Amino acid sequence: METVVKVDQLTKKFGSFIATNAISFEVKKGEIFGFLGANGAGKTTAMRMLSGLLTPSSGQASVAGFDVATQAELVKQNIGYMSQKFSLYEDLTIQENIDFYGGIYGLSRQEIKDRSNGIVSKFQLASVIHKLVKTIPLGWKQKLAFALALIHKPKVVFLDEPTGGVDPITRRQFWDLIYEAANDGVTIFITTHYMDEAEYCDRVSIMVDGLIKALGTPSELKTSFHVDSMDAVFQLLARGTANKI
Amino acid sequence: MILFALPIALVVIFGYALNNDFKNIPIGILNQSKDQTSVKLIHRIIGSGYFVVEQTLEKTQDIPKAFKSGKVKLVVFFPMSFQQDLYHAKKAQIQFIADASDINTAINTTSYLSGIIGEFNNENGRENSSGIQLSARMIFNQRLLSVYLFIPGVIALILLIISALLTSVTLAREKETGTLELLSISPISPYMIIIGKVIPYLILSLLNSFLIILLGIFVFGLPMVGSVALLILACFVYTIAALSLGILISTRVETQQAAMFASLVTLMMPTMLLSGFIFPIESLPLPLQLISNIIPATHFIILIKSIMIKGAGITLIWKPFFILIAMTAVFILVSIQSLKRNK
Amino acid sequence: MRNILVLVRKEFLQIFRNRQLLPFMTVLPVIQVILLTFAANYEIKNLRLGIWDLDQSTSSSQLIHKFTGAKFFQETDLITNQKKADDLLMQDAIDLVLVIPKDFEKNIKIQNSPPTIQFQINALNNSKAGIVQNYASAITQDFMSELRSNANVSGSVKIIPVTNFWYNPTLNYKTIMLPGIVAEVMTLIIILICALNVVREREIGTIEQLNVTPLKKYEFILGKLIPFWVIGHFIFWAGIALGRLIFHIPMVGSLGLLELFLAVFLFVPLGIGLFISTAVETQQQALFTSFFFIILFILMCGLFTPVETMPDWAQWVNQLNPLKYFVEVNRLILLKGSGITEIYPFILKMFVYGIGINALAIWRFKKTN
Repeated sequence: METVVKVDQLTKKFGSFIATNAISFEVKKGEIFGFLGANGAGKTTAMRMLSGLLTPSSGQASVAGFDVATQAELVKQNIGYMSQKFSLYEDLTIQENIDFYGGIYGLSRQEIKDRSNGIVSKFQLASVIHKLVKTIPLGWKQKLAFALALIHKPKVVFLDEPTGGVDPITRRQFWDLIYEAANDGVTIFITTHYMDEAEYCDRVSIMVDGLIKALGTPSELKTSFHVDSMDAVFQLLARGTANKI
Repeated sequence: MILFALPIALVVIFGYALNNDFKNIPIGILNQSKDQTSVKLIHRIIGSGYFVVEQTLEKTQDIPKAFKSGKVKLVVFFPMSFQQDLYHAKKAQIQFIADASDINTAINTTSYLSGIIGEFNNENGRENSSGIQLSARMIFNQRLLSVYLFIPGVIALILLIISALLTSVTLAREKETGTLELLSISPISPYMIIIGKVIPYLILSLLNSFLIILLGIFVFGLPMVGSVALLILACFVYTIAALSLGILISTRVETQQAAMFASLVTLMMPTMLLSGFIFPIESLPLPLQLISNIIPATHFIILIKSIMIKGAGITLIWKPFFILIAMTAVFILVSIQSLKRNK
Repeated sequence: MRNILVLVRKEFLQIFRNRQLLPFMTVLPVIQVILLTFAANYEIKNLRLGIWDLDQSTSSSQLIHKFTGAKFFQETDLITNQKKADDLLMQDAIDLVLVIPKDFEKNIKIQNSPPTIQFQINALNNSKAGIVQNYASAITQDFMSELRSNANVSGSVKIIPVTNFWYNPTLNYKTIMLPGIVAEVMTLIIILICALNVVREREIGTIEQLNVTPLKKYEFILGKLIPFWVIGHFIFWAGIALGRLIFHIPMVGSLGLLELFLAVFLFVPLGIGLFISTAVETQQQALFTSFFFIILFILMCGLFTPVETMPDWAQWVNQLNPLKYFVEVNRLILLKGSGITEIYPFILKMFVYGIGINALAIWRFKKTN
């Protein structure tokens, strides 16, 4: 399995504040990698570095084979990104949003048309395709944003707290989509502070104060911390009383 | 805080830079006669101190070029026949060719120059009458200082913009982000909420206005003849009017952007042009004079000028006060109506 | 290239969908321009005259007659003492008090003892006062000349000034003001929407979304500039067209040249708006900063007060005022019919300015921090 994301001693300092402190890990193709941690732990900073939005202070990282510091534009060509705010254009219709992002990623007209049809049929958006985004419910916006992040068939997709503010059923449906994408070979890199979602990932890392305090599959971590939920794992780490046997 | 620095910077810049004083008028001389009289006249003109001879022209074809280059505003033209006409026919023409794309300068310059010619004629006439002396007393503004005109206007403009703009934007932002809804659920009455939002801007605006007035007095020499209490009252009343206008705008728009546009685009230009700030209200066509009356700045400018420059007392200026208070009442009433309807 | 088209299309869609904002950007400014052109003038009419005749002679009546006969003076009040004059002036009920001294008639017939006529002028508005003084002096001069010619004196020499008003023989304020006001309103709107638009996108987060795409910085910027550049054109030409229709503004020179200037000029306010957007955080700050620049530009551009009377340092600063150039170009092309030789320096200056300010804005616009 090829390594799609490779991070080595990645560090980001803002003045004297160290947001991300020499973290290292690898993610393989098709993995669903959960990047967990409390707010302010450094996960958003790490993700922004990996998506080419932030320059590392030191250390290295490569995404889809390109170095994030020196080849940021190439990285961007090969990744998808879904931010917390979804970043859809509320005053454009769904179709217009699709056309827009498709165009930005350099897809041909035909490609846009095909993928647009795909999105419409998959999410059953036929009736609302020409409605303004601001009129559709939050759950649909979420799915649409995810679909747009994948529209150019990137190798890696970064999801930054994608399930904020929706009900549990919608969250579950969203995860179905994530599984689907992973099965198709897309690597999913997801940050969240919902610990139950951690259970859904292939592997997770937990960040505390800029450092990776845990890295492994959910069951591995639960075993080594002698607890039966990821939430408990997190509680232990956050309080700094980790007991590994 | 930028909110202070900006208005003050503006007042200072305008106080020094904006003026329509009659001076430094660039002119050109086209003297095809070159006789004693014409030279004497030219000396007279230069000697008045108001003009600067930027160009000496040789032929009439040069005039368009001079105007197009913008170097001169007027050309004094002594035709070739000047001297002969003067000698033989006892009267000769000189031409003032004015660039009337700047009307005021054109009018003022030609009037003044005509006056010089008139005086010259008087002196050189051998006749029985001794002519008439003219003495002009400029009331309220002996030295015809432009600042008397501009500073009150700038104060009015800046205050209006701060109050109306910021208020409408802030309230609209609360509407947009939904915090207004939050507040309206709380036990505080909606009026209290609005007042609470508005008070900081009230204080800010008042402080700004005092600062600007002080600047006007001590840096620019604006007189302060009337009552300080009245002046403070005037500022207060105007600021409240402007703030209530801001509130009104915010009740009618949905987004911050719209609020900003409404305030800036509908308030700024009309206030500058219709409030008597630069162009006298009497020059406005009637329908615009009517509009001028519903602009708060118009009345405030009258108040400031009356209090500071004329030293007027309350008996003379109760009307603008009353109008401003009435406007405030109307703005607030309409706002309350809008709010009620929205709920 | 294609990316730019995609962006421009999106921008236009958003602009036309924005029901609240659209009228402010299109219809309203045009209306304002028309209305305000009616407003901007110094034409003095309906002046109120007060007459204080201490002589009560035939000559004084003749002089008074000249004043009351003049078209600018409408109302007349009879004044008998200074207090009345003071009161009227204080109430702003009067513009000019004409004081004719005792022995006026006697003294004008005697050589070497000219009587002094006093004008007491309400100078609250100093430019108006200047004009009133001019009118009054002119009327009095007229009176004097008539006296002389009536006296039938031979040997008196007279120089007759003839005034020739070029480019605007009817001294019509509207023709001067309208193009300038159109330029101002357009500039105001362009700076504002450009600044607000970008800051707003940043606040919402759509800029960040674009930052992670392969979209290039210059593509993004052009995608923003082009739609507003088009809107600027619309506002300007709509205003000028209406000015032609309603006010019959002269169009002596080449409109194509004016368009050329406009096309280059627009990049300056666009760049300024863009630059402001990179320098502030919130929409409110964008507003305030834009407002600061706009007011400076509008008041100092030479449309309301002449540029020549500004102190040197102000004129120096004013070099950075794009409106100053536009006002001048308007006059040169529309009124004076200037051609490319006179205009190209302006175009060049705007070109350099445009490139400079936009480069500055782009430099500050970082996709990656």
